[in-house]
Amino acid sequence: MIPAAFEYDRATSVEEALGLLRTHGADAKLIAGGQSLLPLMKLRLARPDRLIDIGRIEALKGIRRLDDGRLAVGSLTTYADLIASPEIKYGLFRDALPTIADVQVRNRGTIGGAIAHADPASDMPALLLALDAELVCRSAHRGQRTIAATEFFEGPFTTVLDPDELLIEIRLPAPSQHHGSAYRMLEQPASGFAIAGVAAVIGQTEAATGDTFDDIRIAVTGVGDHPYRAAAVEAALVGTPVDAPSIAAAVGAVCEGVEVMGDIHADREYRAAMAVVMAQRALEGARARLT
Amino acid sequence: MAERVSLTVNGKRHDMDVEPRRLLVQVLREDLGLTGTHVGCDTSQCGACTVVLDGSAVKSCTVLAVQADGSTVGTIEGLTPADGLHPIQDAFWGAHGLQCGFCTPGMIMTAADLLARNPDPTDGEIRHALNGNYCRCTGYQNIVAAIRTAADEIRTGAGATPAEAESGAGAASAAAAG
Repeated sequence: MIPAAFEYDRATSVEEALGLLRTHGADAKLIAGGQSLLPLMKLRLARPDRLIDIGRIEALKGIRRLDDGRLAVGSLTTYADLIASPEIKYGLFRDALPTIADVQVRNRGTIGGAIAHADPASDMPALLLALDAELVCRSAHRGQRTIAATEFFEGPFTTVLDPDELLIEIRLPAPSQHHGSAYRMLEQPASGFAIAGVAAVIGQTEAATGDTFDDIRIAVTGVGDHPYRAAAVEAALVGTPVDAPSIAAAVGAVCEGVEVMGDIHADREYRAAMAVVMAQRALEGARARLT
Repeated sequence: MAERVSLTVNGKRHDMDVEPRRLLVQVLREDLGLTGTHVGCDTSQCGACTVVLDGSAVKSCTVLAVQADGSTVGTIEGLTPADGLHPIQDAFWGAHGLQCGFCTPGMIMTAADLLARNPDPTDGEIRHALNGNYCRCTGYQNIVAAIRTAADEIRTGAGATPAEAESGAGAASAAAAG
């Protein structure tokens, strides 16, 4: 299988990419690693008129620490780069990254590509939602803007990015003092995508009292038509010690307000039940990792 | 419209005009005649098409040839020394790590990439590395045994190093060892 014919441009700088997007944005797709886009193009599920290859833009690669302690991850940073980086200490990344696709795909696939592609069952969006990541985006006509991960995903394969907009980097907050995080998923065995995946972060701000936690973030993928934060579970756990009874009392609301997807791998009822189990396990995993 | 593409494959540079939609595996097999790299599933699953691109194992059915412009590519043909077998090939033979052999080039290139990064992998690490390579005959036990044997063989100094997968006849690339 080969893709339908397309025009090809290679951008060697962010400015060049933005110029090409300004001219061709509506008819073009950006290609980075191509590990999601090329399979779709080979099946002719995607038939872009033009590819703008950003894979060689060095300025978009790598991980650096900002002055305020946050991490800035270039959008072209591969999964393999993330696994190899000593800066990526979040437990939920250590859980998720080795399970995403396989060695060969992790060597090419990029964090920015995964997010912009916005597969409703992909792992990375849940991790970024749970970490309260910020996404720095740029276009020639509107300049640079920073979008909260919680505002980024709109539907299946749909984000708030404009057609001429380029995802530049992902900013991850510095972990709070007393925190833990974990990711647990039920994997569809053939594709490896999540039937239900839950990322959990628990922590204490300075306002926390005793052994209770006031910073709770739960993000869910594979369940709704786009990844979401389980606000009802978060609210139920704030002010609790996030122990077994409080987790058990809270996780039942993990699908609250969400239209749960059903397909040949998992009907709605089963997927919703598994989301509860994964939420429980992710919270237990985060609790066990407290620093 | 065709794009000018330069590839250094198994140590030899090739400059050619390639239609953008053509895949790296097609250029290797159809233009360069390197048919040791197989097309199995053609959907990024099976790993039969695995080659080492700029020092990392990739699925060449899921890379456009134009994306690889300026890159170095190592294929199974480049791994094989002129006077026999690479230690990984030898170990697959010795441990009966293949039956029909269709998946074997991809298995071996993935193993070469693994051993370049991790010269002494555990069985668990070998299995994790092979997650993107399917074998429908063997059940994997002998493949894992072969890679373990090859790792021991290479570490104790016999034969070529996996880094040569990148560059063919011996001009070992530092990138492959990274």
